[in-house]
Amino acid sequence: MKNKVIESINEIREVFRDNQKILAGGFGLSGSPLTIIDQIMELDIKNLHLVSNNLGDDGFGLHKLFTQGKVQKVIGSYFTMNNEAVMAWSEGTLDIELIPQGTLAEAIRCGGAGIGGFYTKTAVGTELAIGKEEREIDGERYIFEKAIKGDIAIIRAKTADLLGNLTYHRTARNFNPIMATAADIVIVEVDEIVEIGELDPETIITPHVYVDYIIQTKYTKVGESYVKS
Amino acid sequence: MSNLDVRNVIAKRIAQELKDRQVVNLGIGIPTLVISYLEDKEVYLQSENGLLGMGPPPLEDEIDADLVSAGKEPITLKKGATLFDSANSFVMIRGGHIDVAVLGVLQVSIKGEIANWAIPNQPILGVGGAMDLIAGAKKVICAGTLFTKNGEAKLVKELQYPISGLRQIDLFITEYAVFAFENGEVIIKEIIGDLTFEQLKERLNIPLRQEITNIYMN
Repeated sequence: MKNKVIESINEIREVFRDNQKILAGGFGLSGSPLTIIDQIMELDIKNLHLVSNNLGDDGFGLHKLFTQGKVQKVIGSYFTMNNEAVMAWSEGTLDIELIPQGTLAEAIRCGGAGIGGFYTKTAVGTELAIGKEEREIDGERYIFEKAIKGDIAIIRAKTADLLGNLTYHRTARNFNPIMATAADIVIVEVDEIVEIGELDPETIITPHVYVDYIIQTKYTKVGESYVKS
Repeated sequence: MSNLDVRNVIAKRIAQELKDRQVVNLGIGIPTLVISYLEDKEVYLQSENGLLGMGPPPLEDEIDADLVSAGKEPITLKKGATLFDSANSFVMIRGGHIDVAVLGVLQVSIKGEIANWAIPNQPILGVGGAMDLIAGAKKVICAGTLFTKNGEAKLVKELQYPISGLRQIDLFITEYAVFAFENGEVIIKEIIGDLTFEQLKERLNIPLRQEITNIYMN
């Protein structure tokens, strides 16, 4: 059996390259792979395309990657609160593709499920539908949205067993299980790594087939915050 | 008049529209305040980041960074709560399984179209789940003050702000009145504040009909 547990992404340095599309789980910082993000900051790579609901919080998580200048484009649903991203966008140094949150989630789900795209009612008739194919189905208007796949997915879970089966915690689940299915290489950050057989099969949300590498988190929760230990 | 501020007057009135056993998604801003006025109603709150059965804010020592609302505030789980991923959350929202979405709003047209995600000539960088809720919820109630800080009406003939979807909303609840949208007509269902129907008609300068069912006193 291949050992999926690694100390740091330095051990798999060769999978990271310039211009890659990286799917990053999390809703704000909840369910965000903070340790993996810290490790990506150490790599000499650039022009990344990030797919994530938002860009962490100012000064935390994905926002740090962006302020380091590694990010060329972000694809997600909500960047209004990221002041620096808004500024970078106005200055033309950051490309932003805005997608409704449900469309983003379904596009990633399709990407992982071998489906090329889908028709949705969301955003029909709005500025976000401009340039998108429209068709009528049973008398209602729909727009076509393409599936999203990544080169790499970096996700956060609660517990992994050594095979890579994953459980999640509370609302930190969010985009993580679907991103686990939608990238060539999937790296998960967890609180705890246990022996095979210790997880109740009924509680496993992400089956091991999707997971390539497991990293132990270096963050602990203190109240509302995640603090590096 | 009560001593509630206008935001709470609106929130309290919206709470009256919600019924036992309904599944409800509350947006950010005034909609979030509705929670305080649910009293003993058994309403199931859905949060688009993956939760059905949201409970009140936790005590200081029970805060868990892994348990937050869509507004990223700490929350708790109610008895019977369930957790799911983002794709499933929007199956619920887009698929027509949410009874009521309560949304903040920038403008409402007399046709019941709404604008609530972007301001003209400013960067459009956030949409979140608003368009999905508008496309999929069974009923949409919009919450907002009737006038902007500059005194401009938010209920307008034509939207000047970018539209959020083609769907006609059901109710626009403000501090002055409850507006319903039926067959291209705006109908005042209830006067809440201290402007009369005639005064509202004059200030809004739109076709308006009155069909009072009961007068709400707070």
